[in-house]
Amino acid sequence: MTQAGCVRWRRQRQCWQVSHYRLFPKALGRLVAALGVRELHLALTQGFWRTRYWGQPPLQAPAGAELWVWFQPTVTDVDKAWKELSNILSGIFCASLNFIDSTNTVIPTASFKPLGLANGTDHHLLRYAVLPREVVCTENLTPWKKLLPCGSKAGLAVLLKAERLFHSSYHSQAVHIRPICRDASCLAVSWELRQTLTVVFDFFSSGQGKKDWSLFKMFSRTLTDTCPLASQSKVYVDISPKNKEKELLEVSPPPTSVHEAIVQGEKKTYAVYDLLSPLLFNTSRSLNVQLKWKRPQDSSEMPIPTLHAQRYVAGYGLQTGEICTLIYNTHPYRAFPVILLETVPWYLRLYVHTLTIITKGKENKPSYIHYQPAQDRRRPHLLEMLIQLPANSVTKITIQFERALLKWTEYPPDPNHGFYVGSSVLSALVPSVTAMKDMDVEQSPLFASLFPSSDGSSYFVRLYTEPLLVNLPTPDFSMPYNVICLTCTVVAVCYGSFYNLLTRTFHVEEPSRGGLAKRLANVIRKFRGVPPL
Amino acid sequence: MGLLSDPQCRRALARLLLRLNTPLCVLSYLAGLTWFLLLPALAPRTYLSENAMGSTMVGEGSDLGPRALALARDFGAHKRKVGGMPVEWLEQTMFQLGLEVHRQPFSRTLPFPDEAHERYLVRGTNVFGVLRAPRAASTEALLLLVPGSEGSKNNQAVGLLLALAGYCRGQVYWAKDLIFLVTEHDLLGTQAWLEAYHDVNLTGIHSGGVPGRAGAIQAALALELSSDVLTSVDVAVEGLNGQVPNLDLLTLFHSFCLKSGLLCTFQGKLPPPEGPSGPGYAQSLRTMGLMVLGQAGGGPGGAHGLFLRFRIEALTLRGINSFRQHKFHLGALGRTLEGMFRKLNNLLERLHQSYFLYLLPSLSRFVSIGSYMPALGLLLLVLVLRSDEGEGDPPPEEARGGLLWLLPPILVSGGAGAALYLLPVRGQAVATQHFPVGEAEAVVLALIGIYVAGMALPHSTHRWVRGCPTRGWMTLKLLALLALALLLTCLALLNFSLGFLLGATLVPPAAAVRPGGSRLPLAILLVLTTPGLSLFLAVLLERELLEAPAGLGEAWQRFLGALGQGLLQEHLHGAHLSPLLCLGAYPCWLLLWNVLFWK
Repeated sequence: MTQAGCVRWRRQRQCWQVSHYRLFPKALGRLVAALGVRELHLALTQGFWRTRYWGQPPLQAPAGAELWVWFQPTVTDVDKAWKELSNILSGIFCASLNFIDSTNTVIPTASFKPLGLANGTDHHLLRYAVLPREVVCTENLTPWKKLLPCGSKAGLAVLLKAERLFHSSYHSQAVHIRPICRDASCLAVSWELRQTLTVVFDFFSSGQGKKDWSLFKMFSRTLTDTCPLASQSKVYVDISPKNKEKELLEVSPPPTSVHEAIVQGEKKTYAVYDLLSPLLFNTSRSLNVQLKWKRPQDSSEMPIPTLHAQRYVAGYGLQTGEICTLIYNTHPYRAFPVILLETVPWYLRLYVHTLTIITKGKENKPSYIHYQPAQDRRRPHLLEMLIQLPANSVTKITIQFERALLKWTEYPPDPNHGFYVGSSVLSALVPSVTAMKDMDVEQSPLFASLFPSSDGSSYFVRLYTEPLLVNLPTPDFSMPYNVICLTCTVVAVCYGSFYNLLTRTFHVEEPSRGGLAKRLANVIRKFRGVPPL
Repeated sequence: MGLLSDPQCRRALARLLLRLNTPLCVLSYLAGLTWFLLLPALAPRTYLSENAMGSTMVGEGSDLGPRALALARDFGAHKRKVGGMPVEWLEQTMFQLGLEVHRQPFSRTLPFPDEAHERYLVRGTNVFGVLRAPRAASTEALLLLVPGSEGSKNNQAVGLLLALAGYCRGQVYWAKDLIFLVTEHDLLGTQAWLEAYHDVNLTGIHSGGVPGRAGAIQAALALELSSDVLTSVDVAVEGLNGQVPNLDLLTLFHSFCLKSGLLCTFQGKLPPPEGPSGPGYAQSLRTMGLMVLGQAGGGPGGAHGLFLRFRIEALTLRGINSFRQHKFHLGALGRTLEGMFRKLNNLLERLHQSYFLYLLPSLSRFVSIGSYMPALGLLLLVLVLRSDEGEGDPPPEEARGGLLWLLPPILVSGGAGAALYLLPVRGQAVATQHFPVGEAEAVVLALIGIYVAGMALPHSTHRWVRGCPTRGWMTLKLLALLALALLLTCLALLNFSLGFLLGATLVPPAAAVRPGGSRLPLAILLVLTTPGLSLFLAVLLERELLEAPAGLGEAWQRFLGALGQGLLQEHLHGAHLSPLLCLGAYPCWLLLWNVLFWK
């Protein structure tokens, strides 16, 4: 049903001061140097990666925009640099990153570690923000493509046509900048810029239930040449047999080589097309990779990933609610810990005493907990926990909240749409089912090498749960005029008269006799200047 | 307000009110009733307020008829083979259609056997498939529901649901996830699914969790269809406790009816011909009367009724196959559903633009809350006018002694209400041991028994009343009037129909009742307007409005059924009618009864 196509580039440049811009885009290079950025990770995503059905993602990102940055220890005012950085990035990527402010920025203590070279992990240098409402479209793709040394004119990037890329179930583009060792001896440091794009195509309806695909069908383009500046340009196709049976699928044209690797705890077989090898373009001028299933698969039972999660809002009504997170560990015999990071906007008032973590009917005490309460209109709630997941278990984490009533100017133009709560982040070292050898980093495909593998028995996974849409109590905005009229009337009429009734002293006046005659006489007396009767 | 601050004017006003009290009361009551009866004649046309659904054009391209029938036949065959819900087959079929399939088991033991549906221990499985919208993060969803029933009921609806799911899977424009849900045991399954989806337990149902979710459900349609062709589609709006969905959803359905030429009815009645003609008004009044009765009953008028509590706007569409000549194929209904879902898919916010409180004299006209509220307001005015009836008289000397004597009548009538509420269901085991009746019968008979026995209470309370002033009945009546006014005011906001019906029946005896004199006519009036008898009369009236009048015997059977269902609905869905009547209206009425027999 789905295929993930991933394209990666890497180029390396001189350390802390970026000085050569032959490959490294100047806009980013100057930004890194000027603002003291040590590491930058920006992802713009449309859609949601369904881990349960699509398997472990190569690199997941939360729906919307995600930005996390480590600054250099030399930066004195991190908040100011962060603000400036998000504004500049907003301009570079045409995204609403300028909406990142203190109400959606958090400083995680455990979830995000530097991925590149780092000699200190003082988490005060880290900033993390998610904009779940950000819509990603062509205007974000174009600047992203311009960062490539050949643009979208040559190489793999010719496939990236917006009208096909956005006709998909999931689209995630990311930029990762980090410092790495230039060589094995690690005497010099290089900057690495990694641009990743993950797209999920859905051929269910157009393929009449078949799952065959080809580059042309997906991108309506084929590959013709490589970017002249590239030192490596490869297409990997995952052809690992699902179960131990004979191969069920065939790829054409025949790949230049077959690569076996262990990626995310699973043994994978890749058909590799090296675009730089002259053999490939010998027979035909263009490369159109095709994959065909030999026989139709009746049940596409994807193996359920070891770690997956689900999040939802429980309860009904506009006063209170409950955020529930279900975390599944399907490993048959290994328990492992997971770090959960929840960022909840301030207008959902979390009741921390209601936090419960239940596994297999018993309470599960987190071994590490970091909670930073929200401040109204200033910062969000931050909850980080280290939770042990027993083997083959479901862990349910619930926390109740109360919905705040905003000031009437704080509502967006579409208040009845609801308010977004960003995805929560799960980071875990998942024990792998197959034992992993220490692999040569240079040998392994590029997409497997962003996260460091700690040892042979486990691999790092970062998952994001669904964003939530929460309704807040919303006034009827067509009403203010009516309300103002009604309130003024009520105040004027009721308050005035009751105040009158309460404060006046009453005394009964004797009814006057001879009303008309007396009044006439008084009028005349008034004219004469004599006191009235 | 100079009127009030001037003591002379105030006195004159009070005197006028006291002198003209009875005519004013009669006038106010009659004005209230007339206002209500005039509503259908003055109702404006419905209109679509939601811009996202109004101006956007959608084309309906599906032709689901043959596919739906084939699937319905398959479903029916597997249902017969399994002897219940064919869970495996449904899962398989939905999977092949490309949906993400989940099942949700549930079980429920009813408080007493349900004789209308012949069930007591209920065990079932709901099956649902989710169509994930591409490029959306599952934050919003729309839902299509078919409440599966015993026998071959709703088979065609399941067929149409599956055919529509298959069609929608091939489309690219979905911005919200679509949930296709088939529940077992109609409303019980729906309630179980809804509670599991929102992870709450309101009615003590045991259910497995919902393994797949799709965010906040924005709107839902329930489909009931049991024939291969249909002549018209009936729409039901009344939900649990008299809630109704946003008027825009109904207007949307109506606009598609007009567009596709489908014959659409409300309460089984076509919109009357336009113009202020006599028959048009009579038909509108009948339709509105039926809606008021349905809303006052507080039961869900279809599976959609359970969604409203969770702020999910929902409608039930019922395919009707009557003796009309012109028949429609399922494809026509399929296109209507497709169009509605496409328009709902365009929603940017949840439905909130149009009315949430309204009455419908026909499918194309509506009465908003602003128009119908004065009718009940005028009825309530009678109670207020009546409560200062005794003000003009000099206060009785003894009344200063204390109000302790008021306690026994209040406690006794409140206690009778509590007994009426608690005993029938709690005491069914005892009743079945000592009397040769079934549990369901025992509950209903106990209900009637306690109700009638309560009427003998005034005699026993008088024994405990000590130190009561001679004109003490006035204080008691004032109390009863205030309690009734309070109850009706609350009801006016929660469930107008119930409030109005209770007001129209209870206000005249409440205003007229007084001890002494000729007690018999007053006693007859009071007995005629007791909530229990009103319920019986409502059953008769409903048959009359449906143009299928029932005899007394049949009405009695239906009345007994309604009592049982009313009690069950409280336990199964959380309907408020029976506690309201038992703990609110009945004690009020007992107080009035007490006043009548004051010694």
